[in-house]
Amino acid sequence: MEEAVGLLTGSAGTAAILAGGSDLLVRMKGGFTEPDLIVDIKSIDGIGEIRQTAEGFSIGAAVPCAMLGENEALKRAWPGVVEAARLIGSKQVQGRCTIVGNLCNASPAADSVPALVAAGARASIVGPAGRRTIAVEAVPTAPGKTSLAKGEIIDAILLDERPARSADAYLRFIPRTEMDIAVVSAGVSLTLDTAGTITAARVALGAVAPTVLLVEEAARILVGSKADEATLQKLEEACSAASRPIDDKRGTVAFRKQVAGVMARRAATIAYTRAGDR
Amino acid sequence: MGFDPRYLERNFTSVGTRPVRPDGLDKVTGRARYGADFNMAGQLVGAILRSPHAHARIRNIDTSKAEKLAGVKAVVTSADLPDLTDGNAEMYAILDNCMARGKALYDGHAVAAVAAIDARTARKALKLIEIDYEVLPHVTDVDEAMKPTAPVLHETVFTEGVEPTPDKPSNVAKRTQYGHGDIEAGFGQADFIVERSFKTEQTHQGYIEPHACVANANSDGTADLWVCTQGHFVYRQHCAELLGLEVSKLRVTSSEIGGGFGGKTHVWAEPVALALSRKAGRPVKLVMTRDEVFRASGPTSATSIDVKIGARKDGTITAATATLRYSCGPWYGMWAELGAMTSFACYNLENVKTVGYEVLVNRPKVAAYRAPSAPMAAFAVESVIDELAKKLEMDAVEFRIRNAAREGTRSSYGPVYGPIGIGPTLEAAKNHPHMKAPLGKNQGRGMACGFWFNFGGQTCTDINIGPDGSVSLAVGTMDVGGSRASLSMVAAEELGIPYENVKAVVADTSSLGYNDMTDGSRGTFSTSLATISAARNAIQVLRERAAQTWDIPVEDVAWEKGHAVAKGEKYGNLPSLSLKEIAAKAGNTGGPIAGHSELVADGAGVSFATHICDIEVDPQTGATKVLRYTVVQDAGKAVHPTYVEGQYQGGAAQGIGWALNEEYIYGTDGRLQNAGFLDYRIPVCSDLPMIDTQILEIPNPNHPYGVRGVGETSIVPPLAAIANAVSNAAGVRMTHIPMSPPRILAAIKGEQAG
Repeated sequence: MEEAVGLLTGSAGTAAILAGGSDLLVRMKGGFTEPDLIVDIKSIDGIGEIRQTAEGFSIGAAVPCAMLGENEALKRAWPGVVEAARLIGSKQVQGRCTIVGNLCNASPAADSVPALVAAGARASIVGPAGRRTIAVEAVPTAPGKTSLAKGEIIDAILLDERPARSADAYLRFIPRTEMDIAVVSAGVSLTLDTAGTITAARVALGAVAPTVLLVEEAARILVGSKADEATLQKLEEACSAASRPIDDKRGTVAFRKQVAGVMARRAATIAYTRAGDR
Repeated sequence: MGFDPRYLERNFTSVGTRPVRPDGLDKVTGRARYGADFNMAGQLVGAILRSPHAHARIRNIDTSKAEKLAGVKAVVTSADLPDLTDGNAEMYAILDNCMARGKALYDGHAVAAVAAIDARTARKALKLIEIDYEVLPHVTDVDEAMKPTAPVLHETVFTEGVEPTPDKPSNVAKRTQYGHGDIEAGFGQADFIVERSFKTEQTHQGYIEPHACVANANSDGTADLWVCTQGHFVYRQHCAELLGLEVSKLRVTSSEIGGGFGGKTHVWAEPVALALSRKAGRPVKLVMTRDEVFRASGPTSATSIDVKIGARKDGTITAATATLRYSCGPWYGMWAELGAMTSFACYNLENVKTVGYEVLVNRPKVAAYRAPSAPMAAFAVESVIDELAKKLEMDAVEFRIRNAAREGTRSSYGPVYGPIGIGPTLEAAKNHPHMKAPLGKNQGRGMACGFWFNFGGQTCTDINIGPDGSVSLAVGTMDVGGSRASLSMVAAEELGIPYENVKAVVADTSSLGYNDMTDGSRGTFSTSLATISAARNAIQVLRERAAQTWDIPVEDVAWEKGHAVAKGEKYGNLPSLSLKEIAAKAGNTGGPIAGHSELVADGAGVSFATHICDIEVDPQTGATKVLRYTVVQDAGKAVHPTYVEGQYQGGAAQGIGWALNEEYIYGTDGRLQNAGFLDYRIPVCSDLPMIDTQILEIPNPNHPYGVRGVGETSIVPPLAAIANAVSNAAGVRMTHIPMSPPRILAAIKGEQAG
């Protein structure tokens, strides 16, 4: 790891980190980037592993998304994060791509990021100045841009252990059934009390702003409710209102605002049902 | 003895069975050689520099820096492709498209090309070419391009087909008109009239294999081209004309093809590869990227169509009109005309009029796409037919049956029909279990009809009988959909031998006479005609050899079930001679045994289809799901039913993609926004249900087995069938294709808002 950080810190030209390569190689093949240095981090000790720690889970930067779906403990604790990671690209792509890569690519439409933000995930960063940990939502700063300094590598994503009656869910809207990119997406994470009242909530929206949005107003609406129809209606309206999308080849402003609310409502319903089942 | 192509009822042995295709094993094991799989020693890598501007005058091209780069062996511009087209406008358009001459006319238009020792050097060289552009105003929308204020692409284009010819140039290249009867009088008799306007966005064929070739031009004026194409003889003709070669000195070998659907019916980069090879003195391989395929090959037209149909209370259509505006890209094509011809071809109409406008825009040159122009016209017409049926409170199928064309109907585009399948496909659809299946909430059913002409054309085949009695069949029509299997079955049928004993190959241009390309659903129709004719010629030789062996008159030798049989009492003791036995002795009876045929396959039978589909719409997101899809189509005679079904399913699948999601999206800068399969959404497997098929066989009177072309008609009804289904499910009439979720949701919200 020190060597990788050293190479990146010392590089004079464009440098790129290679894990699964499902973004980098496509960009290189398309002629969008021609890096002078590529650092392949897959062989660094421990970086290809999912570890259960005292605090929860540590998912290494080179863990392919397919492996998230094979980890029963992770799937049970964070079903929404796992389902988001397993929507990326195709089956073949999921055998290579990683959630850290998905995060560092800094696309507002990244599938795993809204789920990670809703989950309150943190990024563990190693760099020339040592190690630091930041909230996942603090990593992307704009489309294609991150807050990482020169020489810094995210070596793992950290997820907390779950309290009882907690669950998350992720939904995205795509015009096709698979192999597509989110036009709008929503991640919702909930904790309930024994009476089924929501005690904690996080709601994140994808592809409706330059970076993933954490909608605190939506969380406030959910907390204290039992996800009843009136609450869900308010949640839908709050998410539509919070969305700041653009018109582009994938959708219109009006469409994205409406569907952001619909996705959030549906994801909240799924998360609520999941949490109640535990 | 002349060849008699007339239909004769018979019992088949081989035809109608479903054997494994001869190219199947190579294709599933990855051994099949596609365009990019050819390589030559010392070959260079070709790459093309493309305009980033939708419309720009090229003031100067400076290639000196690129030429000086180590590893660069040739740089070409339009100066290396002088105009040899001699007033042939169609060829000039192809030349101008291959390499811009003076003006870049769309985002992606080729402006220069290099050949270098590797791809990295070639890409580097492209960046060193300096082009001085004068950017001009552009227009990409078909309706905008027709306005008098629109930027004009060519100062030399004055609308053809209007009297008097306009004195000002415009983007309307031509007006055409079809129909008969008295429209005013017809609408006067109508109790109900529906009139609507429709738009369809531009789509690409979406073939998986990009254009690819290896060109090797020699200093003695000969050249070879290995290429992925739907017609290697046509590519030979185009390249020879554009480069000033003699056709016999340019040998073109076709590779396997990873899809064409009309997009590989004329040359794109091949003349550039030959020009690079000629200049470099080495072979050049040129493979387009997907980005280049989208930006600079030949998608189909975007359209804007108005339709008006009137009917009496009893359900008889009294008059029908359509005005069709089709985008052509920067050069004239007969796309709106084909739309105008096919619009009302399914119906028996007393009063009908269609007008087509060919519109030039700053988008890539439009090429054929599977029944070119017919799907958009069918979408507009069949939508109005559905709406009119509702107004009449008639069942949509019954309304169509009542007005369907039949034998003896004068078609809206002129000819009088022979025996045709529109009535039978409608009856079959009416009686199909799909029509009666229950529908759930937010689900809708739609149906629509479609027509395509089909084509015959020039064809030449060879049958050679080997010394062991196995048979090789050489054809000149590219196999795009399983025709080698079908044609082997036809040869086996005629010769009376097993299918496994026939091996069909697609021969290169130096091994056979000229063949038209595989388009117009002509591959199996025309080449099976020539194959039957060639087999019958071979049988004549086989009979002669048997007669010679037996020393009896050839008239007394018949050909039955793969054997020569001496006919008559006096030859009672002669055992029959098998094809294998005759072939084994060929060396002593006159040499190799072969059958040859060259003909123009006239009488391609027209083709009709009726499709039914069920769609579910999510009213909160506009998302659609195709629940069930049924294709009913007339094949004349299905030679290999599996491949006929494959054509039906393939057309429906492409139509579903077109109807729901596929579209070229241009920015205000005139540049294509979605030149890749991520944002140009063709359906993936999980988007489609199993597409059910029903083959009808109404024999084509102009083919010995009754065969009609089947490849194209299947894409004509889907846009309309799906639009009718979505409109029924969503409760609002959809008039803009593709019916993407944002368009459906906007329509639903618009309807709710009143």
